[in-house]
Amino acid sequence: MKVLYFAWLRTRIGKPEDAIELPKGVGDVRGLIDHLRGLGPGYDQALKDLKTVRVAVNHEYVGFDHRLKPTDEVALFPPVTGG
Amino acid sequence: MIRVQREDFDPGREIARLTEGRRDIGGVVSFVGLVRDMAGDAKIGAMTLEHYPGMTEKQLAAIDAEANRRWPLAASLVIHRYGRLEPGDRIVLVATASPHRDAAFDASRFLIDWLKTRAPFWKLEETPRGAEWVEAKASDDIAAARWRKKPDAAE
Repeated sequence: MKVLYFAWLRTRIGKPEDAIELPKGVGDVRGLIDHLRGLGPGYDQALKDLKTVRVAVNHEYVGFDHRLKPTDEVALFPPVTGG
Repeated sequence: MIRVQREDFDPGREIARLTEGRRDIGGVVSFVGLVRDMAGDAKIGAMTLEHYPGMTEKQLAAIDAEANRRWPLAASLVIHRYGRLEPGDRIVLVATASPHRDAAFDASRFLIDWLKTRAPFWKLEETPRGAEWVEAKASDDIAAARWRKKPDAAE
């Protein structure tokens, strides 16, 4: 599964994307984020406050309970500031 | 119609192109967003707009389609830039054309309010304190929220 990071999530984690093998038992976005937080202090710091994290799966906004498929493209980013 | 690009745009030329050859348009409303040199109390030297290629186009197209569903527009255009921009540079253009002005005014406001909270762009400002990511504003969420209910004008 491809996981993309943008804005300060990307700078805190230190890279723009990961290729993640979904661990057994992880089925939704919340589970994926919990798994990512265990990958290092940068991940943990970037993802510890879910109020500041937005999620898109295959370019559509989803909630933290959204079920994931191995072929999904997941993006994690802060609230948007365009316009 | 939507466009995401690094290059600048010419608002006059874009509006002329939008209405060229049309005889059903009574008015065009346009909004041009520019880079301001101040953010709070910090002087901005420049800003860099990051975006999510693929999702940006998809979300802008969805917002544009929603505006056309809600209002009887003859034409609409959203251009959003990305990359490094300096104070005074153009960031975004929203233009809406309709037979009557109310739809054009309302739809342009809807488009800019909605894209601010849904289009995946992030601003990194260069300030004297260093580079700082712009935080989302609650006032933008409030501005977008009033469009969640279908306005009477669109019925």
